[in-house]
Amino acid sequence: MQKIGVFVCHCGTNVAGTVDVNAVAEALKNEPGVIISTDYPYMCSETGQNIIKNAVRENGLTGAVICSCSPRMHEVTFRKAATAAGLNPYMLEIANIREQCSWIHKDMPTGTAKAIVLGKAAIAKVNLNVPLTSGESPVTKRALVIGGGIAGIQTALDIAEAGFEVDIVEKSPTIGGKMAQMDKTFPTLDCAACILTPKMVEAAQHENIKIYAYSEVTEVKGFVGSFTVKIKRKARYVKENICTGCGDCTKKCPQKKIPDEFNLGMNNRSAIYIPFAQAVPKVATIDPEHCTMLKTSKCGICAKVCTANAIDYTQQDEYIEEKYGAIVAATGYNPITLENFDEFAYSRSPDVVTSLEYERILNAAGPTDGKLVRPSDGVHPKTIVFIQCVGSRDTSGCGKQYCSKVCCMYTAKHAMLTREKYPDTDVYVFYIDVRTAGKNFDEFYRRAVEDYDVHYIKGMVGKVAPMADGKLMVQASDLILNEQLHIYADMVVLATAIEPDKSARSLATMLTASMDTNDFFTEAHAKLRPVESPTAGIFLSGTCQGPKDIPETVSQAGAAAVKVIGLLAKNKLTCNPCVAHSDEQLCNGCSSCEKVCPYGAISYSDKEFRMPGRTTAVRRVASVNAAVCQGCGACTVTCPSGAMDLNGFSNRQIMAEVDAICR
Amino acid sequence: MQTLKKKLTEQVLRTSGVNVRKCMRCGKCSGSCPSYDEMDYHPHQFVYMVERGDVDALMKSNYRCLSCMACVERCPRGVAPAKLIEAIRLMVVRQQGQNHLKADQIPALLDKDLPQQAIVSAFRKYSK
Amino acid sequence: MIFSYYPGCTLKTKAKDLDRYARMSAQVLGITLEELPAWQCCGAVYPMAKDEIVTKLSSVRALMSAKEQGNDLITLCSACHNVIKQVNNDMQNDRDIAGKINNYLNPDVEYHGETNVIHYLEMLRDKVGFDVLAQKVVHPLTGRKIAAYYGCMLLRPASVMQMDNPENPVIMENFIRAIGGDPVIYPYRNECCGGYVTLEDNALVGKNSVKVLASALENGAEMIVTACPLCLYNLGKNNAQHKVPVIYFTELLAEALGIKDRGEEENADA
Repeated sequence: MQKIGVFVCHCGTNVAGTVDVNAVAEALKNEPGVIISTDYPYMCSETGQNIIKNAVRENGLTGAVICSCSPRMHEVTFRKAATAAGLNPYMLEIANIREQCSWIHKDMPTGTAKAIVLGKAAIAKVNLNVPLTSGESPVTKRALVIGGGIAGIQTALDIAEAGFEVDIVEKSPTIGGKMAQMDKTFPTLDCAACILTPKMVEAAQHENIKIYAYSEVTEVKGFVGSFTVKIKRKARYVKENICTGCGDCTKKCPQKKIPDEFNLGMNNRSAIYIPFAQAVPKVATIDPEHCTMLKTSKCGICAKVCTANAIDYTQQDEYIEEKYGAIVAATGYNPITLENFDEFAYSRSPDVVTSLEYERILNAAGPTDGKLVRPSDGVHPKTIVFIQCVGSRDTSGCGKQYCSKVCCMYTAKHAMLTREKYPDTDVYVFYIDVRTAGKNFDEFYRRAVEDYDVHYIKGMVGKVAPMADGKLMVQASDLILNEQLHIYADMVVLATAIEPDKSARSLATMLTASMDTNDFFTEAHAKLRPVESPTAGIFLSGTCQGPKDIPETVSQAGAAAVKVIGLLAKNKLTCNPCVAHSDEQLCNGCSSCEKVCPYGAISYSDKEFRMPGRTTAVRRVASVNAAVCQGCGACTVTCPSGAMDLNGFSNRQIMAEVDAICR
Repeated sequence: MQTLKKKLTEQVLRTSGVNVRKCMRCGKCSGSCPSYDEMDYHPHQFVYMVERGDVDALMKSNYRCLSCMACVERCPRGVAPAKLIEAIRLMVVRQQGQNHLKADQIPALLDKDLPQQAIVSAFRKYSK
Repeated sequence: MIFSYYPGCTLKTKAKDLDRYARMSAQVLGITLEELPAWQCCGAVYPMAKDEIVTKLSSVRALMSAKEQGNDLITLCSACHNVIKQVNNDMQNDRDIAGKINNYLNPDVEYHGETNVIHYLEMLRDKVGFDVLAQKVVHPLTGRKIAAYYGCMLLRPASVMQMDNPENPVIMENFIRAIGGDPVIYPYRNECCGGYVTLEDNALVGKNSVKVLASALENGAEMIVTACPLCLYNLGKNNAQHKVPVIYFTELLAEALGIKDRGEEENADA
């Protein structure tokens, strides 16, 4: 029989105002197992905690029930007090008579009666509690960052600076991501490459960072502190450690008509290519889809021209396996495709471009060497119309429901850069709202309007009609003047919505990390835990978690790094002991629990069991990885044979609570 | 008058099935409307006017909507201003003697090529 | 292949060509169009109001008749297609309307949108196939620059009509290519000609129609084809300044199949 102490807290008047705490303590004195029952105004205070500790020591208590506020407030406090007094912390239960009782009810009789019932249920549970000990699991002191854009790079740099080894896996031939494609960045209008490339170089040269570019994660096994990851290193057909990045091969390659991805298809590259001049690693890659040698075994010019002998047409994809303690998802974003928005004639006219394409046009290293000219005829545009919110804030099913956050600012940026360089070009921006919430952001956009004479019109474009003379007729509404406008533009720029990279969903499955319906990784708590996935050991950095600009990305990247460092700094991880466990004698190997576990904590293995008649049989039974299990109980409920049970919340305990309430 | 206004607004919302609160005042409907210049009130206004209960003004002037569905197709919130106009027209023409187009007006409008489809459509949209 | 066929009133009187050429061409393509027995006028425009029930009945009767025959229902006039398809969608998805209509008509078996409604162009694309059509072409319209005019009714609302991309359709252009012609793409091919407002405001119709004609001409069109008798009328009445012939697409189809100059009876024997 247990020796249980009951401690009822007044919580000032929070509880005592609606619950007769004396009556509760009195009523609970008579419950089975209870040897003392008392009350006090503030149980969580030092005096209150001392009451508990003294009671434990003096009475040799084996269990305790605290009737107080929500366990989310003070369970940790009271468990620490119990431990200090020599009582196993998992022999202490909390009956929430505040959030679930005194704060809901208005009259004392109801509140008191309910508090007594809640207390009885907790006592019934504690009678069946067993002491639990937290387990331990090891920590591999290495981190993996998936994605080599500014978010991934910044996270990796911060982790590396703290002294931990970190690998970056990036699927394109170079790190840098979208920021490498940008021209200038708001709100300071400094050159993106100038601020990014030093970080890229730093990452490449840091002794703690290893970059696996042109690589992908193919498998993730394990759990927090002990992940095993398979990485596929795609064949470049160029020896990465020998290639000097001189670029001679790219000049001599006869296949020159392949749309250049870096310039969004607005100009061409060769089959053997370096994505851009500041690529890291600066090595060539052969595109197997378009290489004559790889397809027909005829050519081989690049191998002949290469003075370093770095070309290797026989190279194969390589698979490596590495161990990590923490994984960071930093897979970034892409602008959406526009097949649902043909009213803007994107597919009908080369002079209707997306904002990212416009960014490349403005960029000095872009398809037009930084000259602002129309893609169709190379003529300088005299009138440009920018359309905001193409595909964002759209609940009709054509686009994304959310606001893409960055477009108002980058459109103001584009407008200003255009007006500054070409004061003879008229610029219109059609907007629904102008969202410029960051530091110095509103001032930035007002400069566009007030100093650079950009025409901001509140209204939306209904249609862009390409005319036979090459102009684009833009039909739009001006809501302030109540007019329908027809502007004959030379170029139209669409601020398209952004969406997470397509690789994110399969990665989320591999990581068992949750995603929302828009394919953004979900954070553990929207406000208080923004850079952690609910899955232990997985962290989030950058736009893969939600649309954001560069200042926010870098902030978040640092935050994710700190969380990783906090994890890797530990030598061992304490596991939550309230985890599921399976009774092997009852388990029938049906796999139902494995399928419902959101954390991937359950696995099956074949074990030998003694059977009647001195025989043995091999049976497939479940086992729970206590380090990964979060104690959600889904498996316990699903298990058809009752083999699965939850420590600290066993089936018997739940039923005992119900019985106590119904008594 | 207040109660009548509220009644009329409720009637419009019920008949049209439109949720006017979804509108985010973007103006794409008005940017798409082919008869914008011929209207006294424009698509982006109808929605707000109904929301505020200014239905009487709309009841007097709503006959230039072509029911071409461009606003319905392009609205990013699925609001469908054209449905509101139809509901408002119905509230007018369902009243006795309030048809916008009357049978005796037709002979003057006929020509030998006019497809009867035009007459039927116009009656459907402007009369009961 | 057998289909039920709903011509609509205008096709029987002012738009006989649209109907005649369609039926002749169908025969050549191995399609039997069985006109629905005792059909009524569809109403020419879809009543959008949630409480308009009676105005939808004739469309439901046509749909139920097709269901009885056990066939898909083909329509030709853009307006009829739009009304019947949208009413069918109501019968499938709007419990209130479907309930009231079934209650009133009191059929032996309730109708819940089982009939498949397709436009003649969709029949050509999906049931015959434009490649098969191309093979049957006898007089390809080589070098002829033909602009397709969709108007509003065929394409919108796209969630119900589901014929093609409402802002960048290709079905009529593919049809034109199949019969050997050179399709002309122009931005106003899916903008309203003015429709029924022709009875109330000729100037507005003039403005809209001229925009369509000018746009087509500007992009090199020699002729415009359409599937809607009202569009044909509106565009035709306003081509004083922008002269370009507007004909039904079925006339071109018949011409390409080499049967345009045959009489109907002659065609039936062939």
